[in-house]
Amino acid sequence: MTHSSGSVYVKKEFAPSNLMFGVGVLLVGAIMMIVAYMVDNHRAAFNTIITFMFLMSIGLGSLFLVALEHLVGAVWSVPFRRISEMLSSLIFIAPILSIPLFINLHGLFHWTHPEALAEDVILAAKAPYLNESFFIIRTVAIFVVMGIFYFLLVGSSFSQDKTKSEKISKRNTVVSAIFMPFFAISVTILSIDWMMSLEPHWFSTIYGVYYFAGTFGAAMAVLAFISINLTEGGYMPEKIKRDHYYNFGALLFAFTNFWAYIAFSQFLLIWYSNLPEETFWYITRGQGSWLVVSIFLIIIRFLVPYAVLLPQPAKSDAKRLKFMSIWIIFAHFYDLYWLVMPTYSKNGASFGWMELVPPVVAAGLIIVVFNLMSRKRNLIPIGDPKLSRGLNFHL
Amino acid sequence: MNKEIIYGITGILDKPDDVINAAKKLEEADYKKYDIHTPYPLHGIDKAMRLKPSPLGYFALAFGLTGAITGLFIMWLTMSQLYPQIISGKPFFPLPALIPVTFEITVLLASVGTVLSMLFFLFKLPNNSHPLHDTDYMKKVSADKFGVCIEAKDVKFDLEECRKFLESINCHTIEPIYYPEETINFRPKIFETKFVMFLLAAAFLVSGATYVLLNKLMFVEPFNWMMFQQRLDAQYPTKFFKDGFSMRTPIEGTVARGTTPYLYKGNPEKAGTELVNPIEATKENLAVGKAKFDTYCSPCHGYQGNGDARLNGQFPNPPSLHSEKVRNWTDGRIYAVIMDGQNSMPSYASQIKAEDRWKVINYIRTLQRALNAKEEDLK
Repeated sequence: MTHSSGSVYVKKEFAPSNLMFGVGVLLVGAIMMIVAYMVDNHRAAFNTIITFMFLMSIGLGSLFLVALEHLVGAVWSVPFRRISEMLSSLIFIAPILSIPLFINLHGLFHWTHPEALAEDVILAAKAPYLNESFFIIRTVAIFVVMGIFYFLLVGSSFSQDKTKSEKISKRNTVVSAIFMPFFAISVTILSIDWMMSLEPHWFSTIYGVYYFAGTFGAAMAVLAFISINLTEGGYMPEKIKRDHYYNFGALLFAFTNFWAYIAFSQFLLIWYSNLPEETFWYITRGQGSWLVVSIFLIIIRFLVPYAVLLPQPAKSDAKRLKFMSIWIIFAHFYDLYWLVMPTYSKNGASFGWMELVPPVVAAGLIIVVFNLMSRKRNLIPIGDPKLSRGLNFHL
Repeated sequence: MNKEIIYGITGILDKPDDVINAAKKLEEADYKKYDIHTPYPLHGIDKAMRLKPSPLGYFALAFGLTGAITGLFIMWLTMSQLYPQIISGKPFFPLPALIPVTFEITVLLASVGTVLSMLFFLFKLPNNSHPLHDTDYMKKVSADKFGVCIEAKDVKFDLEECRKFLESINCHTIEPIYYPEETINFRPKIFETKFVMFLLAAAFLVSGATYVLLNKLMFVEPFNWMMFQQRLDAQYPTKFFKDGFSMRTPIEGTVARGTTPYLYKGNPEKAGTELVNPIEATKENLAVGKAKFDTYCSPCHGYQGNGDARLNGQFPNPPSLHSEKVRNWTDGRIYAVIMDGQNSMPSYASQIKAEDRWKVINYIRTLQRALNAKEEDLK
């Protein structure tokens, strides 16, 4: 084995059963979703928002991880960049899920009703922003702009495997810098439009950052879970070791804290100023069974990951990292459920088989997309000039 | 020249990879007391030397937890136990508002405590010297060379053996290090003149700067701008409101917290029919009623309510509280007298709290009962 390990990578194909498993999960999810729509159209639509926002989290979050690596010149993450790149293609799948939502806007968003606008001064004042046509334009614009950045960043990286051109890496740094503000605006608009405007009277300026905090954590967790599993399965180069894992653990830990910081900031300001136009959002979530859900949100999304990932050995231990990755992915679902569902059932948490649709559909989609994307591609960016440094990375 | 004692033997290497190999060899040869010196932090040397993880993390955890618990405890003690005050309508123990402070104290104690425990426990602070200081070896390894030092404390230490071993791992300029005996019993001198003078100078500077800052600089433009704000001061005139008063009268129809408005002024008969005593005549309530009665009522009415008190003759005598008329009054009717006064008796509304007025009335009832006991009271 030569020292420059970039050239000695030989791809090991996945077993076809992986794809079949993904297709199976996806089929189950799709059937559940269709049945849910037939049984309770309204509730199924709210759950579709969760699915949609989760998949956008993973897709956009992965694209953000790719751009972040280019922008800051990260070395350790180069061997895993391809996985993020493949996952970021989810931004083309998620729009499919938004189609039933677009058809059903009236059922979801109170502000789409002209009669509500007529008798509500606040909604009427917000109408220049919150109206159906502008809403659709914004979402579609985000799909298009992010799609363009996908081809610029990810497409060029795929072609680098053959050309091995260093220019592509340099150009991607510039593209990433341009991407960042677009990403920030996109994530903010997505979260405000699809989740905050479910309660059109309510507003919180930190909401976009809150969604971003969860997005980064979830995208990182999916990346960590897939990377560690692939490494253990022998699909990745042997040089990947605990030093690489440590970064997964450290970032998951950091963004667990970041999420708590943002979530608490939002709560503290609203709780302290105690203005009725802001507090009602938390009052809904602080009454009856929603209070239990809210308390468990703190435990699930913050306390447990914090306690488990705090010791230094935990951050590089594959077993604990895999467990915590799955935990954080689930916690992000829980977070989205907490954000979206109180609008559907204000008087108490509702949890039934329909709420299982988002995780099942999302899991199926992620497995299928990843398997299809990796079919004819290498699992590491073999053309990247930083690859051998990335593989030899140690703390 | 004092007697010199051996500290250890040192050797120099040129490349970082060599020194990592050297560390592995030292571990294989089972040396325990040795050290590696590098001009910069070297990746992987901790693994090669099989260093145990630093205990510093536990110090940080302990100090952080101490900070969190102490901070929360002090705030709980002062804000909700010793000096409970309502601040912007929040509960006496407003946990969300305390979390940022708790967080700050946690971070403060964790960081300061970690640095101090690092200095004193791990670096053994007041000891400010080391046998390796001021040696050619230290000059080299803090510039561009990598060094290995086997200490004499090692059980396997033997000067010739170690010299051979260092040669076998390709070290050059192998030198034993000696240090004078007096440094063994070295005691740091904290009260050296130089150090004391330095402390004094620092204290003088800091206090001078503080004085200038708080007494002079604060009153200089623009630092004094905060003193001249557009604000309303209680009991001072203002231009902000049309009437020139900075304090506002309460809006008509509003009631202060914890009070009930008295609606029967000048209408005692109505009060007598509508007001009901809300306080039960328990032992504790009667004790309060007696105390208030003795303080405020007895100077005129007398301790027993007979109207023959110590102020007798200086004021018109009040009628006895044991008259048929007063005995037949309802509690509300007596309450009206306390609120409004009657004849030459003034209102006692500002002296006695609403709750205590009812307790006083309960006590008066007891006095009346004592003079006009019924048959059944004897049982």
